[in-house]
Amino acid sequence: MINPNANLNPKIFDPDIEMVPTRNGFGEGLVLAAENDKNVVGLCADLTESTRMQAFAEKFPERFFEVGVAEQNLVTVASGMAAVGKIPFTSSYATFSPGRNWEQIRTTICYNDVPVKIIGSHAGLSVGPDGATHQALEDLALMRALPNMMVISPCDSLEAKKATLAIARIKKPCYLRLSRDKVPVITTEETPFEIGKTLVMYEGKDIAIIATGQMVYRALQVAKALELHKISIRVINCHTIKPLDNETILKAAEECGGIVTVEEHQITGGLGGAVAELISQNFPVPLKIIGVEDRFGESGEPNELLEKFGLTEDAIMKAVTSVLRKKDK
Amino acid sequence: MLVEAGSGHSAGPLGMADIFAALYFHILKHDPKKLDWEERDRLVLSNGHICPVLYATMAHAGYFPISELKTLRKLGTRLQGHPHRTALPGLETTSGPLGSGLSQATGMALAGRLDEASWRVICLMSDGEQDEGNTWEAVMLAGKYKLNNLTAVMDRNNIQIDGFTENIMPLENLRAKYEAFNWHVIEIDGHNMQEIIDAFNESKAIFEKPTLILAHTIPGKGVNFMENKYEWHGKPPTKDEAKIALDELRTLQGQIRSEHQ
Repeated sequence: MINPNANLNPKIFDPDIEMVPTRNGFGEGLVLAAENDKNVVGLCADLTESTRMQAFAEKFPERFFEVGVAEQNLVTVASGMAAVGKIPFTSSYATFSPGRNWEQIRTTICYNDVPVKIIGSHAGLSVGPDGATHQALEDLALMRALPNMMVISPCDSLEAKKATLAIARIKKPCYLRLSRDKVPVITTEETPFEIGKTLVMYEGKDIAIIATGQMVYRALQVAKALELHKISIRVINCHTIKPLDNETILKAAEECGGIVTVEEHQITGGLGGAVAELISQNFPVPLKIIGVEDRFGESGEPNELLEKFGLTEDAIMKAVTSVLRKKDK
Repeated sequence: MLVEAGSGHSAGPLGMADIFAALYFHILKHDPKKLDWEERDRLVLSNGHICPVLYATMAHAGYFPISELKTLRKLGTRLQGHPHRTALPGLETTSGPLGSGLSQATGMALAGRLDEASWRVICLMSDGEQDEGNTWEAVMLAGKYKLNNLTAVMDRNNIQIDGFTENIMPLENLRAKYEAFNWHVIEIDGHNMQEIIDAFNESKAIFEKPTLILAHTIPGKGVNFMENKYEWHGKPPTKDEAKIALDELRTLQGQIRSEHQ
């Protein structure tokens, strides 16, 4: 059953649930963060409207810097601003930032340990028709490997807004992963959000599904559907990939005895990798990682792509069944 | 320092010694005893590999004991092989991978202007790192925002690791290139103290443009067997070579007698 303390959207399982892209939540959050703190500045590489930095740019024109199509400069200029007291938010598509400018992020932001916020929008397959060049499927791995970096992947627009406000207050480098496509708003303003702390959204004890981004919604659908078959699933929204909420995940391994992870990312180096590293060394249980299996995306509508690449309720159900079988052996 | 470390760069630091001396003992607004002084000028060393001269100058300016210079590149040192901000108080940033210092300096200058700050930003960079696309992204942005609180100094010593710059990747006409991006350019003899100081003063008087001081320098300056030899870009001298080199530096290549003889 749904965890009542999560205060989720009461319409969560209705077909007409409200759909909003996570990037919109970032746009709203950034304006609020800028109102709270005059040191918040915004930099964009020629994608101001589509990364939803537009509202901030209009409201605070003197604190907005358009750097042109130059992602290396985008983050490195931001590192200089952060070194003298600003809290810079940089936005582009995730394939380009942090895709193209990884070394600058590593040296001038992470090693330098300054509070630059890397906003990677249009991540995952659900970019759709633009095709594989624009579908970031490696960004979590790139950012997770960096010391000092925090990695956040919100499940819906409200969570993206809360995450934006939260990272503005943290004096560390942060990566915030956003998506282009509309996704169901499964949380409410009252849903708890704390960086580094997962949220159990569905309570269960037979198996745990740990999901991130828009895959959390699909995991919840599976939990509800399998409840009818007397399978009790715990759904954990893992919005912070780093630092990982070791306590909650190990507790799930111990109490449920099997885990499925789901992410719109390569199966190497992302959420599944992080969970595997943790449980294999501390409390090994059967695990299935659902993600894109070491290949590139392609053009298509978001739902067609998620179907083709196996990021569906069906795929999650199959993984649940296989983990349950292993668990029983 | 370099003999003790057993690795590191010789030519670049010697070529920039005059400019560093001018900066830390005359030009920069700074206070080694008040590291968080808000009004201090911000210095970014983009080509971090010449940090031996940065460390030596900082030590002599009073940032840390001169004896600490011998810890360069050793385990546990604050004097990392390339400058690291959180390791050594007094450094404004972490740098080294070429082509990113000017972007950092541009960010500082943008923030300084936003805050209507009185401090200036000075970025030291090499000619070799003009090969990097990232450098030109910063050149364009600083020109766009007319950052008159930013002064960049290019160490135009004509060498990089693989050879002479004009053979590796022709850079000229550097003056025309920077001017085309809306920069004010001043060319100087990077070993002439008066020209160095005049150029920085001139840069403060330029409105609506960042300034590039194109400093023509001799790599390995002051040591006969190192001068203009690209082979000395990335290696330290042996103990014997260092003895000859230091003797030459102290005697102006044998022209004067000194108490060390």
